[in-house]
Amino acid sequence: MTADTSAAAPRQRLRAGDDPDAHLRTNPAKVAIGIVGMVVVVWGLANLFLAFGYYPQWFGNKFVIGVLAIVGGVGGAALLFYFLNMFVEGLPRRLSEGLIPYAFILPGLLLVGLMLIYPTFQTINYSFANADSTAYVGLQNYKTIFGSSEFWQSIVNNILWLLIVPALVVAFGVIVAVLADKLSATGEKVAKSLIFLPMAISAVGASAIWLLVYAYNNPGQAQTGLLNAIWTGLGGDPQTWLALDTAKLNSILLMVILIWLQAGFAMVLLSSAIKGVPEDTIEAARIDGAGELQIFWQVVIPQIKGTIITVFVTVFITVLKVFDIVYVTTNGAYGTNVIANLFFNKLFAASEAGQATAIVVVLLIAVIPLIWYQIKHFRDEEAGR
Amino acid sequence: MSRSLMKDGRPRSPFSIVTMTILVILWTIPTLGLLVTSFRTRDDAAGSGWWTALFNPFGASWTTSNYAGAWTGSDLSSGFINSIVVAIPATVIPIMFAAFAAYAFTFMEFPFKEFFFLLIIAVMVVPIQVAFQPMLNVLGPRGLGISGQYIAVWLLHTGFGMPLCIYVLRNYMSTLPRSVVESAKIDGCSHFQTFWRLVAPMSIPAIAAFATLQFLWVWNDLLIAKLFLKSENTTVIVKLQQLLGTQGQGQELLTAGAFISIIIPMIVFVTLQRFMIRGMTSGAVKG
Repeated sequence: MTADTSAAAPRQRLRAGDDPDAHLRTNPAKVAIGIVGMVVVVWGLANLFLAFGYYPQWFGNKFVIGVLAIVGGVGGAALLFYFLNMFVEGLPRRLSEGLIPYAFILPGLLLVGLMLIYPTFQTINYSFANADSTAYVGLQNYKTIFGSSEFWQSIVNNILWLLIVPALVVAFGVIVAVLADKLSATGEKVAKSLIFLPMAISAVGASAIWLLVYAYNNPGQAQTGLLNAIWTGLGGDPQTWLALDTAKLNSILLMVILIWLQAGFAMVLLSSAIKGVPEDTIEAARIDGAGELQIFWQVVIPQIKGTIITVFVTVFITVLKVFDIVYVTTNGAYGTNVIANLFFNKLFAASEAGQATAIVVVLLIAVIPLIWYQIKHFRDEEAGR
Repeated sequence: MSRSLMKDGRPRSPFSIVTMTILVILWTIPTLGLLVTSFRTRDDAAGSGWWTALFNPFGASWTTSNYAGAWTGSDLSSGFINSIVVAIPATVIPIMFAAFAAYAFTFMEFPFKEFFFLLIIAVMVVPIQVAFQPMLNVLGPRGLGISGQYIAVWLLHTGFGMPLCIYVLRNYMSTLPRSVVESAKIDGCSHFQTFWRLVAPMSIPAIAAFATLQFLWVWNDLLIAKLFLKSENTTVIVKLQQLLGTQGQGQELLTAGAFISIIIPMIVFVTLQRFMIRGMTSGAVKG
């Protein structure tokens, strides 16, 4: 019997390291310091950040606040994780091994929970309440928005945006990526940088740029807008383009702005996909006598299909929420309204929180298939890893 | 069939050269128009198209007074400073929280791991509009009473940027060799030490990619700044949007103002482009 226990003991010792007992028992000092540390850090950070809000004059000027926020935010997060780690390590090993992952994801998840998940449910809740979310009104908000022609017009416009913009962005992206690939190295770099550059520009800035293109001057005056200058040069009368809703022309002109902003993004992703197409598959097709167009459609496109779908979905999500461009240029007038702009005006200008949140719920329902798609896409990718 | 060859031996493609030249010109002209107009006097800009000044540069009257006017007169200077104060903390703070979460999602096994990560992916698609009315209540006078201050916007951008940041960093970290982390563990490093000394420094390219995207997103944001910042704290983008609403008087300042708002993100974009492209092509896509 004694021989048995003496044989088992060293084995256990080997498995658990030099000092097995230290890991099996709670280390009260570590736990205590960890808890106190976390409390102090959270308390200090909360006070510092609330002070930024309540007493900004204490800090002298904005830059002091900004610098303190960075130091406090990053340093505070590091300290928080340090004490969290210490606390969890102070616990018995089996417990600590199980808890550490949650300790690491908790702060991030809490932020996501507070800013995105809680509001999602609260928004659904508010959509059944009145204009300042103080009393329930049942389905009244939904009746109001579904009964307004503005809402249905916005839905139609959103659908139009969704049909046109993602497809054109992807098409432009593919064309530019393929053609740029055939340029010299310098030419490719310059061309791609210039087409990519609008991605740095805000939608508001882009609207300012394009309002200049669409500018209108009375007939007889010199046209300062490029589009009217070309149009009158061809013999037409100057047009107030953004007020022209024949065949939704004004909406289409607004879509041009978004296509201009997004094409570079599509191109960058598609270009890297095209460069990843193995040269020998193209060579083989060439030897078989396929023309350049045939190679493009039957060899290149099938191999970059995954990227095309990714880009399409990403742009699709952006378009679903399109707001800035419409808000800044027409604010929804002349039949150009979209859902996100309607929402903003209900919330901000009309102070109708009930109707505004009901509109968001409609938007939320529209993204459910996309959430499903993203999850499926992620699972497929993980399976292929 | 004697096509000329490029330096690297590939045949030159005249079709590509012509089409790409046209596309690049089309893509650049609107911005060029803005730039040229911003240096023209009010009378010039109203009397003729900007291209006439470009064709006859010595006959046109050039001025920098639009910039001076927009900077001081329209108070874009304070918007510009506010944008910096808003954008830098809102870019930096989410990274720290997200990096720890990404580490756990990459290198640790735990129950409900997939559930939590799928949650992150799902909220990436959820429109941020869902957050506005509830957060106006939480941060506004009915709640904490910090709406209008920078802190409100930092908090919101941190929360909204978090899912993408976790996703980008996790995608990148899963390409790092697992053996590095495992050998650190054998050497007796805690997870905190492994993260801090090994994984965080190795993830710098992905952090730079996310930081670029987040900075552009925060700087260029209109919605959050408009709803959650009071007017003396508001950003240059909101100031520009207000300028766009004015007609007649002061319109010549608009083009200069637009350029002032564009310049910083453009510099950031051009300098950090290569990180961003690498990050994007490895799956960093904002929902």
